[in-house]
Amino acid sequence: MSSIALRKKDAFAVVAPPAPASSPHPSAAALTESAARVAARSRARPAPTGYRRAQAPDWLLKAVASVIGFALFVCAWAAIAKFGGRIPGPAAVWDAAVVIFSDPFYQKGPNDQGIGWNVLSSLKRVGIGFGLAALVGIPLGFVIGRFRFLSDMAAPIIAILKPVSPLAWLPIGLLLFKAASPAAIYAIFICSLWPMIINTAVGVQQVPQDYLNVARVLNLSEWKVFTKILFPAVLPYMITGVRLSIGIAWLVIVAAEMLTGGVGIGFWVWDEWNNLKVEHIIIAIFTIGVVGLLLEQMLMLVARRFNYS
Amino acid sequence: MDKYLHIENVGMTFETKKGPFVALTGIGLAVKKGEFVSLIGHSGCGKSTLLNLVAGLLSPTAGGMILAGREIAGPGPDRGVVFQNHSLLPWLSCHSNVHLAVERVFGAVEPKAKLKARTQAALEMVGLAHAADKLPQEVSGGMKQRVGIARALAIEPKMLLLDEPFGALDALTRATLQDELIRIVSNTGATVLMVTHDVDEAVLLSDRVVMMTNGPAATIGDVLEVDLPRPRERLALATNARYIHLRGRVLEFLYHRQAKRAA
Repeated sequence: MSSIALRKKDAFAVVAPPAPASSPHPSAAALTESAARVAARSRARPAPTGYRRAQAPDWLLKAVASVIGFALFVCAWAAIAKFGGRIPGPAAVWDAAVVIFSDPFYQKGPNDQGIGWNVLSSLKRVGIGFGLAALVGIPLGFVIGRFRFLSDMAAPIIAILKPVSPLAWLPIGLLLFKAASPAAIYAIFICSLWPMIINTAVGVQQVPQDYLNVARVLNLSEWKVFTKILFPAVLPYMITGVRLSIGIAWLVIVAAEMLTGGVGIGFWVWDEWNNLKVEHIIIAIFTIGVVGLLLEQMLMLVARRFNYS
Repeated sequence: MDKYLHIENVGMTFETKKGPFVALTGIGLAVKKGEFVSLIGHSGCGKSTLLNLVAGLLSPTAGGMILAGREIAGPGPDRGVVFQNHSLLPWLSCHSNVHLAVERVFGAVEPKAKLKARTQAALEMVGLAHAADKLPQEVSGGMKQRVGIARALAIEPKMLLLDEPFGALDALTRATLQDELIRIVSNTGATVLMVTHDVDEAVLLSDRVVMMTNGPAATIGDVLEVDLPRPRERLALATNARYIHLRGRVLEFLYHRQAKRAA
């Protein structure tokens, strides 16, 4: 494997939980407004019953815009492929994708498996690394958020380690575990840890004083304060931490697997590069994107469930 | 006089970055059992601070307070507090919000069915039995505040502390809730200390109106006995000469003796 310069931009950020969706959906407002206008008009002119100005529904406009955007993207891609030499065009990639996705779970030895297995083993690594990070990071975030002294203790360490690319930890992982897969999981663990700690801690510090006052005037037990007030109040922040962590983990796993090899979507990308199957690399890029999108959407759904504003 | 709540020479000084800030000084007040006392004054006069002191959320830097023969040393469920912004926990239903308080106070000695009955009774008292299973965000501002009152009264406190309970409501809802509070207080015989900046509310509801001077170093400027007979009726009082006189006294205190320059 020739050495490559891997550059990864990782962006950790403390992000407040999704802004309270207090304002109604803009389209809903627009709809009621137009409904009011229609009503006003029909009051003024009682004659034509059932008359309505044709207006495309909001979702349709959105869908049309998405389709046009995607079509333009494919056109640009086709143009680049036509004049740019080695890049395969959309049609070639589509044909290759049909072949690949018609049998995603084949297995011909450890280094030749279907794309389904590759994605699943990457997801498994992300799941384990992320799960361990949640087990460590969320309780740690709680105590750091609750106790000022611990927060001051942890601050410099987090500040120094947070901006480090998780891939820099990979050699340490290889040294510790002497195997590729645990080292990749270790890198995921490290990169998932910081957003989880930081967001949970911020969440704990942001618990409204009003709620804590309720706990104080009722003299609630520590356990009740935790289960009825702290935990539910921090949950949206925790979910934001989880969402950031998973997003970063999914970015990192591809690069980590390129370096460690084995099975996984990142390894697959590198393997197909060595085989010079560029169509497959493009398929991998789309697959990684779609899986990342699905993960994000899933967590958004969870976040919405726990949004109480 | 039967002094149920006794506030003696209480002062409160906050340590700020710019040095000590004297919020309250020399506060002396005695409240009888079953009495309804309002604290009124311009914003920043420390009336909420005084209520928080009685609630035990703050500790006075001078003086002491005694409630029903025991010194107030911290917050506790013997005082039911209704906060201005309702402070309901948004992830709990109205029922669960009240039940949390009931369980805390009676959970150790009463069976679960009794706790549930208490919670339901409290919600019925404020006319919200039908909304018991709704989340706070699903009910109106006035209803939220009623749940807050139910939560405070469900624990059978020695004293009810209201911190501008209707301040965030519109005028009509406020009037309805005031009438409701009159009814609830006369039914339960609760001892009440209420912070308000609404002159009509103070005179309509109270047995005594405690008028506070402007801060810093605010103290009690005057105390007005509201000797209007009960039950009081909003419409009848609107033209009652005694009511108008008492109301005028409070207004005179606020806008003449303690006139505040426009901020």
